[in-house]
This record gives sequence, C-alpha cells and structure tokens, in this order.
Amino acid sequence: MTDTPAPRHIPDRLDKPLATAIFSWEALLVVIAILIFAVNSFASPYFLDPWSLSDLTFNFTEKGLIALAMALLIISGEIDLSVAAIVALASTMMGMAVQAGAGTPVLVAIGIVVGLGCGAFNGLLVTRLGLPSIVVTIGTMSLFRGIAFIILGDQAYKGYPESFAFFGQGYVWWVFSFELALFLVAAVIYWFVLHRTSFGRRVFAIGNNPVACQFSGVRVDRIKFILFCLTGLMSGIASVLITSRLGSTRPSIAQGYELEAITMVVLGGVSILGGAGSILGVVLAAFIMGLVTFGLGLLNVPGIVMSIFIGLLLIIVIALPIIWRRLSVGRFA
Amino acid sequence: MKSFLKYREIWLLAGIVVLIGLISTRFPGFADPANLRQVFNDTSILMILALGQMVVILTRSIDLSMASNLCFTGMVVAMLNAAHPAIPIPVLIVIALLVGLVLGAINGFLVWRLNIPSIVVTLGTLTIYRGATFVVSGGAWVNADQMSPDFINFQRAAFLGLPVLSWIAIIVIALFFLVMTRTQIGRSIHAIGVNPTASVYAGIDVGRTKFIVFCISGMIGGLAGYLWISRYVIASVEVANGYELNIIAACVIGGISIAGGIGSVGGAVLGALFLGIISNALPVINISPFWQMAISGSAIILAVVLNARGERRQGRIILRKAEAA
Repeated sequence: MTDTPAPRHIPDRLDKPLATAIFSWEALLVVIAILIFAVNSFASPYFLDPWSLSDLTFNFTEKGLIALAMALLIISGEIDLSVAAIVALASTMMGMAVQAGAGTPVLVAIGIVVGLGCGAFNGLLVTRLGLPSIVVTIGTMSLFRGIAFIILGDQAYKGYPESFAFFGQGYVWWVFSFELALFLVAAVIYWFVLHRTSFGRRVFAIGNNPVACQFSGVRVDRIKFILFCLTGLMSGIASVLITSRLGSTRPSIAQGYELEAITMVVLGGVSILGGAGSILGVVLAAFIMGLVTFGLGLLNVPGIVMSIFIGLLLIIVIALPIIWRRLSVGRFA
Repeated sequence: MKSFLKYREIWLLAGIVVLIGLISTRFPGFADPANLRQVFNDTSILMILALGQMVVILTRSIDLSMASNLCFTGMVVAMLNAAHPAIPIPVLIVIALLVGLVLGAINGFLVWRLNIPSIVVTLGTLTIYRGATFVVSGGAWVNADQMSPDFINFQRAAFLGLPVLSWIAIIVIALFFLVMTRTQIGRSIHAIGVNPTASVYAGIDVGRTKFIVFCISGMIGGLAGYLWISRYVIASVEVANGYELNIIAACVIGGISIAGGIGSVGGAVLGALFLGIISNALPVINISPFWQMAISGSAIILAVVLNARGERRQGRIILRKAEAA
C-alpha cells in the first residue's frame, strides 16, 4: 500500500489575525489621521465644510500620484530623486507645445510621453550601467530641471487652452475634483498591482534580495526598468495636473516635490531599505500630510512652519514603534 | 606610473586642467593665477561642505540636512551679531561650530540610538532645521547694514596673499587629510563603509562612529553657515535652499562612492572645484547661467558612469558568468 500524504492546502497568503491588523502601521496612521482631523475641526470652524475638505485634497493629490509609483520603486530597493525635475521638464515641453498652437489632447500626450521618457532614461542608466539610483537621479534631477531652465530662463509659459484647465481645476461630481478621482483610481490600480499580482510579489522579492531573485529567474533589471518608467509616467501625469491647475509654467515649478513624495512613502510605512510596505499606508500618509498642511493653513501657520510638523511627524512616526519595541523587549526580557 | 594612473583623483585633476584649458580658449584670462585664486576662494565653502558630507557618505550614510543646518546656524550667528556687535568673530565662529554640532548630534543620535536610516532622519531634519530658522527669525531677514563690519570683513581680510576664507578652507582640508589618513577614527570611517559587519568584529563601534561623522558634518555645516552669511551678507530662510544636493554632487564627481567605503579628501576637494570652475566660467565665456544646472547634472551622471567601472561588485561578476553558462 502506497502511503500518499494527504494533500495539504497551502494558502496564497497567511491569515492575518485581527490583533496584527490592529497593531499594524496602517492602523497607527488611521489613528493619527483621525486625531489630526479632530484637532483641525476643533481648531477652525471652516474646516468641516465639504468645499474646504475638497480644497484640502489638492494639497496632496499630485504628490500622492508620484508617491504611489515611488512606493513601488522604494520597495524594490531603488529611489528616484528626479521626479520633481521631470514634472518641470514635462511642464516646459507642454508650454512649448502651447506656443506652437497644440490642443489639449496633444498637451496631455506630451506631458505623459516626456515623463515616461525621463523615467526610461533613469531606468536605463540604473539597470543597463548598474549605477546606484540615488546618484543617477541626483544627476538627472539637475539635468532635467536644467533643461527646463535653459529653455525658459526667467520666462514663463502661459496661455494654456481653456479645456486644459479641467485636469487641475475641474470637478467630476459635486466636491470630488478630477485630481482626487484620478488619485483614488490610481491608488486602487497600484494596490492591485502591488498586492494582488505576481509582478507585485516580485517587486517585494527584489527589495528583499535582488541576487536571490536573479537566481530564481526573476528579471530584476527589467522589473526595475518598468518601475522607473512608471515613476516617470506618474510624474508626467502629475505635471499635467499641476500645469493645468496653475495655468502657467516656470522652470522652478514643483520644487521640492521629490522630498515630499518620499516623505509620504516613508511615512506610509514603506521601508527605505526596500522589501516592505503597502499602498494603503502611502494613501493614508498622503491624506495625513494633506490634513496637516491644510489644517495649519486654516490657522494661518506659514508654510515653512508646517514643514517642521511634517518633518517631526516623519521622525516621530518612524521612531515611536522602535522605541516601543525597545521598551517592550526590555520589560519581557 | 601605472599605479599612479589608478587614482581617480589624477583623472579628475586632468579633467579640471582640460576644462580650464578649454575655458581659456574662449577667455584667456581665466587661467591667470589671480583668477584661479578667486575661483578657489569662491569654491571654499562648497569644498568645506563636501568634506563634511564625505565622511558621512563614507560610512554608507547621507546627510541631507547640511544646507538647512547652514541656514539655521547662519541665521543664529547673524542675529547674535546684529544684537551684540561686540562679540568678537572668533567667538561667533566657535558658537557657529557648537550650534552646528548640536544639530549634527541630533541626526547622529537618531541614526545611532534608534537605528533609523540616515536618509529618513536627515530628510526630516532638513525640513525641521529650515523651519526652525523661520521660527527663530520670525521670517525676518538680517541685512548687510545690521551686521557689524568685522562680521562681514573677517573672511575678506588678506593674509599672505590669500583671503582668510581661502585659508580656512586650506586648514579644514589639511585637518580632514590628517584625520582621514593618520588617525584611528579615519580608518574606522573607511572600514565601516567597506564592510560594516567585519568592522564590528574588528572592534569598531559602528554606531558611535556614525554618531561622530554626523557631529563632524554638523560642525562643518555650522562653520559654513557663518562663512556663507558673511560672504553673501544676507541671512534669510531661503539661504542655500536645495544646496544639499550640490554638496552631494561635489562628492559624487569627486569619486566618493555613495555605497560607502570609497573616497578621499582630494577627491571631495577636486569635485567641489570642478563645480566651482563651471559656475565661475559660464558668465565669462558668455553662456547663460541657466545652463549651469544641466551642465552639473551631466557632469554628475558622467562621473558616476566613469567611477562605477572601477567599483563593480564581485557578486555581479559571478552572476554574469552563471548567466552565460
């Protein structure tokens, strides 16, 4: 008699007990978001108005779109510091096209294609030449924005067509802006790709051990290249939104967005060392940053002081779990 | 001779000479010793900052907060000077060093004790320190007419044919050279970057050494704060905004590997000089200064491509062979 072992069911993913969900990073972010929301509604009578809450979302949707793709990139162990420069370059190209008499569809296409092209350039340098992405993208950051400065100098492009304004200023339904709708749709897509597809699994695997991945038949370089292209693409889309919202292009547009997008990603619980993170966390972090800046803005706190809160939030949120773990280990050891 | 050519500093130096040569064909006065002294003086602050960043990068860390530290310390020193013009400049410099040291120590403490990656810590303190500048100053500027003449003229005074600023840069370079090549801490900093695990077994306290390098970069940031403010005679919240990436760019062009362990004082100095020469040359050869950003971006990419050829990891080579088989 042959002894066949009973077929064992191996689940795709481990069951998450409720307790882990409660003590997860995302739960911490939700608590922080509710706290900030509550404090804001007490601090300012104008906060709990549908239209001001709608205005609030403009604070983070553009950076949030970039942060979604950046999250995947950082999970895979790379980083892209050139995203804001890509926004500037794409916006400049759109401005040139307007000068040449291009219509709205052409403008959108240019923004997206330039973004994609810049991302592919980063990706090629990192994957084909095996260069560290942080240095490559510091270089391309200067290069892309530098090209925008060469083209524009101290000038600005204006005169975008009226139909182009919809992307950054239009509303899909009631108080829901096109930007917010796009951000939420993109978030769902990125969530699906990262957490429900084999591609997403590979992204995590690459972040944990690229060499083992290579030996397991994962095309590490190709996936990294795709991620750089995605980040460029999202920057291009963000560029369309920002340009449409502001209605003008200066070479200094979106200055400092790269650090804010990365702050969102890290605040969202993505490990800067790669290999761990979730889209839900990034989306929550985007909302939190929007809430903080908007709430403080209603209280007439200057933008530069808000940045202190964002910086403190970043460090405290990262440090608290570490201190907590230290303390609990000390107690039970 | 062959081993001589192995040093990337030699290649960088050759590149700089070629660059100066090229500029001279368009503007003959550029290679003039007096002009080169001027370029050196103009680049002094960047050289000092690049050295501070270098020791951090060598230990596989990064300090993104240096420019904000510079801004904050510069503001503190400028406000002190405006309020109490009687404080002698050397005392102000010591204060600048101490304020910078405290800011650097905060970074270092978070990296050392809480094990937070340095890029996250300094990304946070980058915004915090600049925001703190606003809080300290109330958003006001300190203008040239509020600063005492001593404050402004100290670094401009000529000493043995060079301005004091250049001498400060030379002294800092010499100090870093001594520390990096002749002391235990210098060796430890290199060792940590090459192999942190082996360094632990060799008896190096990795965390404490990282704390020390952040203290060093903080002090450098503070010193540069005074020098920057007294050079450009305006202290505001916007001072050196985004300059942290220029500092890192100087290091990268100087052949300092962002992966840690590789780099030298000479490299950092030459990398900074390279950028300084470009920014000084563009106006005199009638190229719009708007080109500078794209040129230094291209220089960074080119430098990484060239440097990477010597840095290929053994692991990757094995992998290539396995792929081919």
